[in-house]
Amino acid sequence: MFDLRNVRHAYDGAEVLKVASWQVEQGSQWLVLGPSGSGKTTLLHILAGILKPTAGSISIAGEGLTALEPAELDRFRGRNIGIVLQRLHLVPSLTVMNNLLLAQYLAGLAQDRARVREVLTSLGVSDKADAYPHELSFGQAQRVAVARAVVNRPKLLLADEPTSNLDDVRCAQAYGLLESQARACGATLVVATHDQRIKARMSNHYELKEQP
Amino acid sequence: MNLATVSLAYLRARALNTTLNVLLLALGIATITLLLLATSQLEERMQRDARGIDLVVGAKGSPMQIILSSIYQLDVPTGNVSWKQAQELARHRAVKKMIPLALADNYRGFRIVGTNHDYAEHYGVRLAQGRLWQAPLEAVLGAEIAARTGLAMDATFIGAHGMGAGEREGDVMHETHSYRVVGVLAPTGTVVDRVVLTDVASVWAVHADQYDIKDVARIAELLPDDEKELTALLIQYSSPLAAAILPRYVNQNSEMQAASPAYETARLFSIIGVGIDVLRGFALVLILAAGLSVFIALYNALLERRYDLAVMRTLGASPARLMTLMLFEGALLAGIGAALGLALGHVLTELLGVAFKAAKQVAVTGWAWVPEELWLIGLALAVGIFAALLPAWRAYRTDIAGTLARG
Repeated sequence: MFDLRNVRHAYDGAEVLKVASWQVEQGSQWLVLGPSGSGKTTLLHILAGILKPTAGSISIAGEGLTALEPAELDRFRGRNIGIVLQRLHLVPSLTVMNNLLLAQYLAGLAQDRARVREVLTSLGVSDKADAYPHELSFGQAQRVAVARAVVNRPKLLLADEPTSNLDDVRCAQAYGLLESQARACGATLVVATHDQRIKARMSNHYELKEQP
Repeated sequence: MNLATVSLAYLRARALNTTLNVLLLALGIATITLLLLATSQLEERMQRDARGIDLVVGAKGSPMQIILSSIYQLDVPTGNVSWKQAQELARHRAVKKMIPLALADNYRGFRIVGTNHDYAEHYGVRLAQGRLWQAPLEAVLGAEIAARTGLAMDATFIGAHGMGAGEREGDVMHETHSYRVVGVLAPTGTVVDRVVLTDVASVWAVHADQYDIKDVARIAELLPDDEKELTALLIQYSSPLAAAILPRYVNQNSEMQAASPAYETARLFSIIGVGIDVLRGFALVLILAAGLSVFIALYNALLERRYDLAVMRTLGASPARLMTLMLFEGALLAGIGAALGLALGHVLTELLGVAFKAAKQVAVTGWAWVPEELWLIGLALAVGIFAALLPAWRAYRTDIAGTLARG
């Protein structure tokens, strides 16, 4: 599904990430593991196409990301990649419905309220469609963030530390949501985490070493 | 869902700030709108009143006073001119037409203008009721007077001497000679709406007691020519060349004074213009302040929204789109401000018009448009967009990964 070769990234000359080779099948589910500062977030940003690596090549769904024009890359990202950020970052002045419609609009796709309702229903937050983000509990907000990431049926679903700060029950729930939603749209799932509790839930691990 | 929805949602989320910015801009736009409407209407009105009158001749004094008193019926006349001199001037080859004016009295603050039928013809009046005057002390009412005083056909009234409305102690009332209404004019949109028209001889008639003349109907015959006086003469030139000859002729060879309406009204506007320029400058300062305020608001919003902007990038928005979003928001604020300002300006102008009306001054209405208002909308939008430029550029340059990694 995606193919990373000799990907390296450096901030101000200090190398923070080094991936020699990593190939992943469509629909598979992966954990990116590693301690803080091992470049998990950087790797996720590179996979999401919002960070251009210092060196190396990435192809996702047959598309060479490094060769795309900026505008093509934005378009590709909107349509093919869903991201659940650690801090969720729902747009506070828009309702849940509009947050999801925004994802369709910015990706240049038709705005489909039925699809939005379907996704919200599958995540159990359909009654919150007209609520504003500040009216949601963290659990609800997280479900909405997942909904926003999958509403465009991405080929690749990325999640950054989705379970930190959650108790065991909620951790399992959050993880279950990502798993089931990724499966529902046939997306490849990559979760970056240092949370050892979910290590057992997924068989595919990619371990990042702390950079010296 | 589109950029407008997002912009509106953001503006709503900061409702107080948005309201303040919109109001600030609206006040500036309203002030300029008011000035535009008032000056354009005053100018148009003054030009309409003076149209076709090339020269006004009155008693020696300020030329502007002559113009104000005899064309616009606003000021007191400079004095009287003799009937005989007027007749001589009428025969001058540079004069095509001369309309005599005899101003002395008023009815409840409205000028009583003694003249001949040429005056009515010059302003193209139409009668709503009755006929034009045929004898001294027959009066024809301008449309506004009929509406405001309630005088009807065949009603009689007495004039008060001078400009006062006859309401103050000491105002001389010509009680022995009353006017009779023989006609009411249709509205013309000119100075004629606000005057009582009558025969030149009426003015002599109300003062007939001074000459011991009892038969006022024949006053024009009975009064010796030496005693006859007029207030001003409205003159139409026979040729463009007359402009070079006649004023000098009048000023050098008679006790009269020539005044050019075109020159004096231009001078008047250049005097008023200083005040208007000050107000306009003040309004522009308001608009600039609004622009600055919009800039500060958008810049702060940009800082608050840096995660939103980064998230929008992850959702597929191009940098150009984020830039457009900020610019659109600036333009939207400015657009709302401009719309509100124009509306406010028109309402204020209308209120001003109502206030003016009570003071019997030149009428102004808020229900008229001038093309310059389009420029105002353009100006407001330009200010809004200009204020949004730097925030928009910062939005364009949003470092997604860096922003998200920090938060």
